[in-house]
Amino acid sequence: MHIPDGFLDPKNSIVTYVASTGTLGYALYKAREELDEKKIPILGITAAFIFAAQMLNFPVAGGTSGHFLGAVLAMVLLGPFSGFLVMSVVLLVQCLFFADGGLTALGANIFNMGIIGGFLSYYLLILAKKALSRFGERRSLLFSSAFFAWFSVVVASAACSIELAFSGTVPFKVVFPAMVGVHSIIGIGEALITTVVVAIVLQLRPDLVASFTGAPSLPYAGEGVS
Amino acid sequence: MSRKMKISLGAFIVASFAVALILGIFISPYASESPDGLERVADDKGFLNKAEETEPAWKHSPIPDYQFPKVKNEKFATSLSGLIGVIITAVVAVMIGVIPLALRKLAKRSKTTSADET
Repeated sequence: MHIPDGFLDPKNSIVTYVASTGTLGYALYKAREELDEKKIPILGITAAFIFAAQMLNFPVAGGTSGHFLGAVLAMVLLGPFSGFLVMSVVLLVQCLFFADGGLTALGANIFNMGIIGGFLSYYLLILAKKALSRFGERRSLLFSSAFFAWFSVVVASAACSIELAFSGTVPFKVVFPAMVGVHSIIGIGEALITTVVVAIVLQLRPDLVASFTGAPSLPYAGEGVS
Repeated sequence: MSRKMKISLGAFIVASFAVALILGIFISPYASESPDGLERVADDKGFLNKAEETEPAWKHSPIPDYQFPKVKNEKFATSLSGLIGVIITAVVAVMIGVIPLALRKLAKRSKTTSADET
């Protein structure tokens, strides 16, 4: 759901740019609590994997396709701030090198897919994981990852609809049901890919899943550090 | 380390980068070419023209729409874009990731200096 140039009015472009660049600055500062030298290459491969996976459009109903977003995956693996940095890098590279997503809409795309589909979904995931903790660390993480990966795509498409409506591009009651409808199908792909990748990394290297508290972690890392 | 790691960090990095490259190079040419969710809605609800009639704000994308320029075979042009994109994204992410580390080193240094003072 990369918004191209021409869909947003200046007001919406500017507001989302301010929110996204502000968050980016804060994430650059906060990510130091999640990263060490060992994690830097993991940042690179996560970004590379998300870029590649985003290229793989899969067919959904009626001549429409969807693709992976990856924000929830990045945040579960790396921690929310590093995950946000990874999403921002992917969206920036797509915009500047591949003309995927307009430059005037980059702020909105980072806002929708990195903040709404990212932070909001991630923190709800962590709450859900805690609520499900009696099912065990691994199961509660995988189940909440599946649900909130799906949720992230739907809620990002809802945010996108709101921006399009506020920009006067299309009436809200027209765009909202259409966007949320198709993305609730696309979100199933997001849930599948996210859960499978998290499960594989948990099998191979549980220490590389930042949200998996059963693994040995950095002294800084983990939720609740402010 | 309480848990047994199945593979070394190096092996993990090499294997996952290989997966990214395989997806980007060999699978991407077979991705669905149908419009994505937003494009489909824009087309159905009649506002796709707003994007088509707008000049892109950034005109210097070297590989627009994941089609490597001057390569006639579309599948090969997509593969090349996948290869280049995977490498660029990895490099940029590593470059960005170094910033917080540098900040942490700075913070640590100032912490030890202030500890020395007290």
